[in-house]
Amino acid sequence: MAQKIDIDQVRKVANLSRLDLSSEQLTEFAGQLSSILEYVEKMNELDTDGVEPLAHCLEVSNCFREDIAKESLGTDKTLSNAPEQDGQFFIVPKILDESNAS
Amino acid sequence: MSSVECKVVIGLEIHVQLLTKTKMFCGCALEFAGEPNSRVCPVCLGLPGSLPVMNRKAFELSVMAGLALNCKIANFTKWDRKSYYYPDLPKNYQISQYDLPFSEHGFIEIPVNSGDAKRIRITRAHLEEDAGKNVHTAGNFSQVDLNRAGTPLLEIVTEPDMNSGSEVRALAIELQRIVQYLGVSEASMQKGQMRFEPNVNLHIIKDGKEYKTPITEVKNLNSFRALEESVNYEHSRQLEEFLATGKTMEMGNKSTRGWDADRGVTVLQREKEEAHDYRYFPDPDLLPVKLTDEWIEDMRSKLCELPLQKQFRYVKEFKLSEYDAGVLTAERAVAELFEGAVEQGGEPKRVCNIISQAGLKLANEAGRSMAELNIDAEGVAAIAKMVEANEINAGAAGAILAEMTKTDKSAKAIAEELNLIQKSDASELEGLVDAVIAENPQAVDDVKSGGKKSKAARGFLMGKVMQKAKGQANPKIVSQILAKKFG
Amino acid sequence: MSDELLSLSCRKLTELIRRGEVSSRKAVEAVFSSIEKTEPVVGAYLSTFIDESLERADEIDSKIAAGKKVGKLAGLPIAVKDNMCTTFGATTCGSKILENFHAPYNAAVIERLLAEDAVIVGKLNMDEFAMGSSTENSGLKKTVNPWDVNRVPGGSSGGSAAAVASGMCMAALGSDTGGSIRQPASFCGVVGLKPTYGRVSRYGLVAYGSSLDQIGPLTRDVADAGLMMNVIAGHDDNDSTSVNEKIAPVPDYLENIEKGIEGLTIGVAPQFHAGADVEVLSAIEDAIEVYKGLGAKVVEIDMPHIDYSVAAYYVIATAEASSNLARFDGVHYGHRTAKPEDYIEVYSKSRAEAFGTEVKRRIMLGTYALSSGYYDAYYLKALKVRSLIRSDFTGAFEKCDCIMTPVSPTTAFKIGENIDDPLKMYLSDIYTIGVNLAGIPGISIPCGFDGNDLPVGLQILTPAFTESKLLRIARMFESCTEFHKRRPQKV
Ligand SMILES: [Mg+2]
Ligand SMILES: [Zn+2]
Repeated sequence: MAQKIDIDQVRKVANLSRLDLSSEQLTEFAGQLSSILEYVEKMNELDTDGVEPLAHCLEVSNCFREDIAKESLGTDKTLSNAPEQDGQFFIVPKILDESNAS
Repeated sequence: MSSVECKVVIGLEIHVQLLTKTKMFCGCALEFAGEPNSRVCPVCLGLPGSLPVMNRKAFELSVMAGLALNCKIANFTKWDRKSYYYPDLPKNYQISQYDLPFSEHGFIEIPVNSGDAKRIRITRAHLEEDAGKNVHTAGNFSQVDLNRAGTPLLEIVTEPDMNSGSEVRALAIELQRIVQYLGVSEASMQKGQMRFEPNVNLHIIKDGKEYKTPITEVKNLNSFRALEESVNYEHSRQLEEFLATGKTMEMGNKSTRGWDADRGVTVLQREKEEAHDYRYFPDPDLLPVKLTDEWIEDMRSKLCELPLQKQFRYVKEFKLSEYDAGVLTAERAVAELFEGAVEQGGEPKRVCNIISQAGLKLANEAGRSMAELNIDAEGVAAIAKMVEANEINAGAAGAILAEMTKTDKSAKAIAEELNLIQKSDASELEGLVDAVIAENPQAVDDVKSGGKKSKAARGFLMGKVMQKAKGQANPKIVSQILAKKFG
Repeated sequence: MSDELLSLSCRKLTELIRRGEVSSRKAVEAVFSSIEKTEPVVGAYLSTFIDESLERADEIDSKIAAGKKVGKLAGLPIAVKDNMCTTFGATTCGSKILENFHAPYNAAVIERLLAEDAVIVGKLNMDEFAMGSSTENSGLKKTVNPWDVNRVPGGSSGGSAAAVASGMCMAALGSDTGGSIRQPASFCGVVGLKPTYGRVSRYGLVAYGSSLDQIGPLTRDVADAGLMMNVIAGHDDNDSTSVNEKIAPVPDYLENIEKGIEGLTIGVAPQFHAGADVEVLSAIEDAIEVYKGLGAKVVEIDMPHIDYSVAAYYVIATAEASSNLARFDGVHYGHRTAKPEDYIEVYSKSRAEAFGTEVKRRIMLGTYALSSGYYDAYYLKALKVRSLIRSDFTGAFEKCDCIMTPVSPTTAFKIGENIDDPLKMYLSDIYTIGVNLAGIPGISIPCGFDGNDLPVGLQILTPAFTESKLLRIARMFESCTEFHKRRPQKV
């Protein structure tokens, strides 16, 4: 039976998710995600034309804070959980493709 | 040889940092520079469990900017997450606005030829948070500083309505003036508070057929000059490339190029528009914003006359030159000083000269803006009136203005203190003239002879009188007395 | 003596402490001796703070001795699910990726507990990032059901339910995104309340599905849940989605708790009973009979869209999760792979190494649902279905005061039984998930036992911001039954 989502798509999604998965894992996910998606498509039995999507259960809006400064953590606390840091900055392997930023 | 007609087409994506005290979604203070990673909290560090709360001021400032750009302000707007992984983006998504920005469909007018304005359409303006900064130092690593992360940004997207580097520059300057006027942003390009990314391509008509070259997005532009030059560079580069390869928009993808200011060229950064999939969806941590019409009108009432309108009005109403009007309207504080001084009776051209020559020179020397110089409209008006009444000469205006920045004394008091009041008393001056005549018989003879030395000798005597008066004589009256003496 | 202390309600114990009849130190010591005895078997805790707890208990005792005013939870040993940030100990979310993460701030609920003089004795195991229905997905520890050590405690707040049920704390906080408080409460025979979305601040709760997550109490009886709500409910400036108290005032949840609802109308929907085990159904039916005996009326209601709630939930929750969990990237905190080739590998390898399978599966599912070309078909469709589900509830509450359903189709299942079939595991949340999609409150209370002597939970649902009424309805049943008094004997 053809799967809802094939291995190439799973690989693409893994890449978007920044998950380095083995080919066995990709295959396993292809199967599992396919059956979950198949189940999820049960939603298509429902006619939702003209139904407003509900992103939020709360019917409130406009929650603002005033423009008043609060204390920041400071450099030491900010870096305290960093896997690699130099006392001032977070350290990552050299970023060569600056244009990857938005 | 075939005929080629070529038009460059430019649209802009602009990011303007809003002038708030704190970040967009947290209470961290916004300051330029400072210790790396010192102004960071759980929210802008993207710690697990932290949640964003909107900065009211940032929202108000952006609505004001939207109104000044003649945009339609939405009554309902919301927040979306834009996902991409990058070390300066701690949550790996940026809180931004996708399908329902707070404002759309506006325009900005830019000066093109003297006295003419061109209308550039604004597609949309939305609010979002800035990323931090990746620092690429020597060595095999990069450093990440999150002080900037979460800074409120206004993103403005224009239609591709500009057709030259100078128009792009004019828009940039005009936009900077507007946001500075409204107090929406400090908008310094050097400090990165205003960033422009032009999208450039060419519309070419060759042998009666139209071609469009692939769009290039240009980055790393830190000055108005870089902005203009990079567009001009792209214009010729794309034309060359088209003539060599015939590549059109349909065939080549959009590319990103970086401006190399030292070499004056753009350098390819990313060939293909890599399949970005930002997976926008509404941010469940933030509530939508509903704007009532009253609220929008209240914001509108906080707007002021925009700089270009002011500039045109100065030319018409005060008969100033295009150039002078431009200088006076470059900064809101300067324009307000000018208008205030005129209102208090200063003659416009005279006031303009005092401000645009002496005043701006002082500001430059002090490395500050005129607003910070302790000069008020009353003082400027007083100086202008004294020049007008021949109580001081034009050169003395600068000295008085300079003194004003240091004291709170009146213009008149300063002029007297510095001995700048011109002697206009005819009888006192006549005594001086008589003394000079008595002391310089040779020159007197030369004048009287009416020969070719006569004019020079008259000038010599004039100078002697001024010297005796220590520069405080009204030259007009001295020359009248001299004329009387020699008939 | 110590067992006796631990069999008291939170209300009673804190009252004794406040009166100086029992010291907080005694209560804390009792809890730690229970932990010493039971924890090796049950495995509910990811971390405990014995020294800090005793120190804090002494402080509270001396405050009381000095006649100073103390808070609503004075001296009570309480534990919290390990997805709430604390400045003490680690905050792991049951994940290897946060194994060594020390939060520099306290969650809003933690601040509230401390302000009311609770003693936080430890942090409880959970399914990794709250993704699961059995706590088997914890990346750090195995927790078993105190009623039967071969069975799961439920999830994702399995550690919380197991600790309360086995007397290793007086009460606990959990979080509920699709049933994660109510289902483990029902599996472990304790009370579990999921408040209305927006009632309790989420600030400092590590997000799973932000539009669904809500913190709530797990306690041994209904009134203790009310006591905990009196502490944790209310607006928080740091959470935009926590509701302004002018819009929804916070009542005293204990004030009328003994007052039953006169003329109570119970809604029963066939969709909420389909697929449940016979023994579970009969316990629910018996419970409803009790209510009838108390004068309640039962009406049948129609919930035509409930069958679609699992589908909508697994799209919405995973979409939000895929974005919420993007921040765990090995750059600013958390696990980083040992030798990354480049910065991209910092992301992809760190995440692949430290996330468990279920977390990866849900991130993948959610990423797919939001990706270009699929957004409308999955994510947007799910939001529309969510809208229909909420209107089912709105419509139902026009006909009844509350809805009663089973919490789960089964009682606690065997460890390993459902682990290889994610879809089957998801479908076990069918009765609880709609509640999160609609944002309304729901409670699970012990209402019977099956043939294996495993507890069954009754789920009661009321409209948004009516927790007070919900607790009163739950208390009606509790006040004339004994199920909540039974404690597991096997550990
Ligand atoms: Mg942007
Ligand atoms: Zn911050």
